[in-house]
Amino acid sequence: MSSDSFGRNGLSMPSRRRFVQGLAAGGAAAGLGLWPRASWALASPGQANVLSGTEFDLVIGETPANFTGRTRTAIAVNGSIPAPLLRWKEGTTVNLRVTNALPAGSVHGHEASIHWHGILLPANMDGVPGLSFGGIHRGETYHYRFTVRQGGTYWYHSHSGYQEQAGLYGPLVIDPIEPAPFAYDRDYVVMLTDWTDMDPAALFSRLKKMSGYDNHSRRTVGDFMRDARNNGLAATIDDRRMWGEMRMTPTDLSDINANTYTYLMNGTTSLGNWTGLFRTGEKVRLRFINGSSMTHFDVRIPGLKMTVVAADGQYVHPVTVDEFRIATAETFDVVVAPSGQDAFTIFAQDMGRTGHVSGTLAVREGLRAPVPAVDPRPILTMADMGHGGMGHDMKGMKDMKGMEGGCGAAMGMAGMDHAQVTDASAPSGHSGHDMSKMQGHDMASMGSGSGSMAGMDHGAGGMQQHPASEDGNPLVDMQTMAPVPKLDDPGIGLRDNGRKVLSYAMLKSTFDDPDGRDPGRDVELHLTGHMERFAWGFNGQKFSEVEPLRFNYGERLRIVLVNDTMMTHPIHLHGMWSDLEDEQGNFLVRKHTIDMPPGSRRSYRVRADALGSWAYHCHLLFHMEAGMMREVRVVE
Amino acid sequence: MKTRFLSVAPLAAGWLLLFGANAQEHSQHQMPMPAAQEHSQHQPKSRKKTARPEAAVPPSKNATPDHPAMDHAALGHAMPEPAPAEAIDHAAMGHAMPPAADQPITPIPVLTDADRAAALPPPNAHPVHDNSIQSFVLFNRLEAFDADAGTGLEWQAQAWFGTDINKLWLRSEGERVDGEIEAADLELMYGRSVSRWWDVVAGIRHDFKPGPSQDFAALGVMGLAPYKFEVDATAYIGSSGQTSARIEAEYETLLTNRLVLQPLLELNLHGQDDERRRIGSGLSRAEAGVRLRYEVTRQFAPYVGLVREWTFGRTADFRREDDEAVNDTRIVVGARIWF
Repeated sequence: MSSDSFGRNGLSMPSRRRFVQGLAAGGAAAGLGLWPRASWALASPGQANVLSGTEFDLVIGETPANFTGRTRTAIAVNGSIPAPLLRWKEGTTVNLRVTNALPAGSVHGHEASIHWHGILLPANMDGVPGLSFGGIHRGETYHYRFTVRQGGTYWYHSHSGYQEQAGLYGPLVIDPIEPAPFAYDRDYVVMLTDWTDMDPAALFSRLKKMSGYDNHSRRTVGDFMRDARNNGLAATIDDRRMWGEMRMTPTDLSDINANTYTYLMNGTTSLGNWTGLFRTGEKVRLRFINGSSMTHFDVRIPGLKMTVVAADGQYVHPVTVDEFRIATAETFDVVVAPSGQDAFTIFAQDMGRTGHVSGTLAVREGLRAPVPAVDPRPILTMADMGHGGMGHDMKGMKDMKGMEGGCGAAMGMAGMDHAQVTDASAPSGHSGHDMSKMQGHDMASMGSGSGSMAGMDHGAGGMQQHPASEDGNPLVDMQTMAPVPKLDDPGIGLRDNGRKVLSYAMLKSTFDDPDGRDPGRDVELHLTGHMERFAWGFNGQKFSEVEPLRFNYGERLRIVLVNDTMMTHPIHLHGMWSDLEDEQGNFLVRKHTIDMPPGSRRSYRVRADALGSWAYHCHLLFHMEAGMMREVRVVE
Repeated sequence: MKTRFLSVAPLAAGWLLLFGANAQEHSQHQMPMPAAQEHSQHQPKSRKKTARPEAAVPPSKNATPDHPAMDHAALGHAMPEPAPAEAIDHAAMGHAMPPAADQPITPIPVLTDADRAAALPPPNAHPVHDNSIQSFVLFNRLEAFDADAGTGLEWQAQAWFGTDINKLWLRSEGERVDGEIEAADLELMYGRSVSRWWDVVAGIRHDFKPGPSQDFAALGVMGLAPYKFEVDATAYIGSSGQTSARIEAEYETLLTNRLVLQPLLELNLHGQDDERRRIGSGLSRAEAGVRLRYEVTRQFAPYVGLVREWTFGRTADFRREDDEAVNDTRIVVGARIWF
């Protein structure tokens, strides 16, 4: 039982490489339909891309790809982008022989890897070179073998260099032992990705030279005039002064957008129009996977309500929405019941509102429904960045002196109760120039890095403290003042848009906290970065600068994340679940990737039940490559 | 073991099964079995086994404690052999807790040698790009002008190579009038990011012209002042003790996202008169310009500009002596290019 169309001797793949064509209608890899049920004959080439069973032979190689009119050398698994849909069964032991057939001198490097995103497995099966295993070198085959202990929708991708950006990603569907607690007649994967004709390494270099390259929406003199007319001259000047003092741009929503990217749905462009068929009255399960490198997508199907039934592969109490934001690496399963129209558009626009990709649900191939226009572009506010409680009243900021030290770094410290900081390793206060105001507080004893904040009141409106390693750090361009969980916030650009939009607060696992223990300790980490230098890290430190985070095998701990940047970061912990908590610290939803909007502070529980070294990182590929990554080492 | 029960009854039953199954799975480990065997391989079977009877249990408000299988799960495993899981929990938490909150509902699997072998780190480190060497070359001004002194070319360029923190800088400025190089300098500096917005640079400067060539040691700052003014300020000490300083600030006003108005101000100061190069001490020369560029692409932006130059004090006197204009206004046409 295996690898139907590609066979075992995958090494012969290069001769069978297909020309991945995005502009052509359909696209080579379109139509990832599952479960051809009785009376459903979907004439879709995508069927060939489903591999199921327990034995898999996957070959990583180069493939010519054309999504824009220009042919580029992409990297693919068994010649396809996305990589074949793998269907496993919970409880079985899968064998995956992954061969690196990259040619010598490939732009994608000589080493490859596959990481099974969100899958619980032994550390040496996780597929991160240098942490889990040595990587797969040219001509070598690595045998992944593990028992599948979960069901749901996941994905897999390379963890080597920039290969993920160049095409090495694919959907992963695990059939659960128990049938799903909801009904559906058809089942499709909808994988959203971003493609660039650029060499990803050159794209990374471009970000280092000019991080704002893709932002063609910076505020202009004309915007100033308009704002002055609408909001008054004084308010507009105040607003510009705030952003000017911070030396930031409120239209920086994402680092790379549709000015560089072509967005793909199941490996085809809007023109290719991936189509999933239905019959009126049927329920259709759509498994959305954000397999992009750098893009948050906002997804809706005009005319249809979507009932979200699973997040990151795990069942949630059904919640019906019009739209959801899916961060890089997240998955959402939704059920829709199309009727009354022959065709519906699946519309996914990027968070920065620069582009979109669309596909169609239709009663037959070739139909299309109207494609909506991309929404108006949102502008970040000070409240978005967690300089909170002030709303649009910029006057509140007037008392702030010394903005040089960063937003809020110089705010009055009098209200802070430093006596509550009992742990010597707790994050210290603010930037150096302010220390004089902290009477009698021994900064030297506070050390750097993350530590227990137990006993501190993190309630809304409280002043956020920051790790000492952020103080005077040239790679930290901002510190948030009063971050809040924002769990019920649909997100920038999605508020009050007249549609019901999913928020994390609406996601509730169908099960109680499977561990049940109170976390024994808190680990607080701040997401930090410098937009101009395009440097990213945790607590102002890059991956290469710090020692691994150590978890004790068996312990239950709480990770508290604070976003000290103006970007949105999806944070992914390998090997273990991230059990998101609500504002009161109760278990909310089990996930593998926690999205962190600017100005947010979110906490989740981790049960350290997986021995070994695990990657922990921002899933925006170039943020990770720029240093926003840690090793988590679970030790006995 | 606080169990907030769920609204959807069938689901609840399903997940209850899972907990029960896990417990059972774990209890199987207490029985003699090959050490290396994967625990999870027993999962399907045990789940199936538990599935039938438990599906019949009607979910109640407080189902978990009532449930026989669950009781076995939580307590049964801890009593006969409390050592592994409990010891770890205490070590991790460091303080006593009520037993209920202390014990995981889903037991922590007991580690086997196979688990330990799988967790051995690989010999090679994770390849990182977070300190990669990057480069940036910018011809900020590359322009032709028509002034009283004649037509000419002027350039101002800079380049860096290095990481986010440590960079090697090259900077050059110069002017060519009527086919003759009138002024040209080249700076080679080490730059280090010292704060959020500022780099300190230190190195050497070589002046090819005007006059005979001369060398300086240079120390300066480069960075982004509040409101996004780009500022360069450098002080120089020459090989024969002469001192000077150059301060430059520029700003970008976006008329549109492609049409950018760039005002610029440059001040030159000198510690002493240099008659040979026709420079006086103090503030010798100031230049203010506005350049309007159109970004055809980000990396190529042609511009037109208006530049006004003033000389002061002894420098102005030298110019008068030489029958040159003390102040000068010129129209420039050029391109801003980076790669």
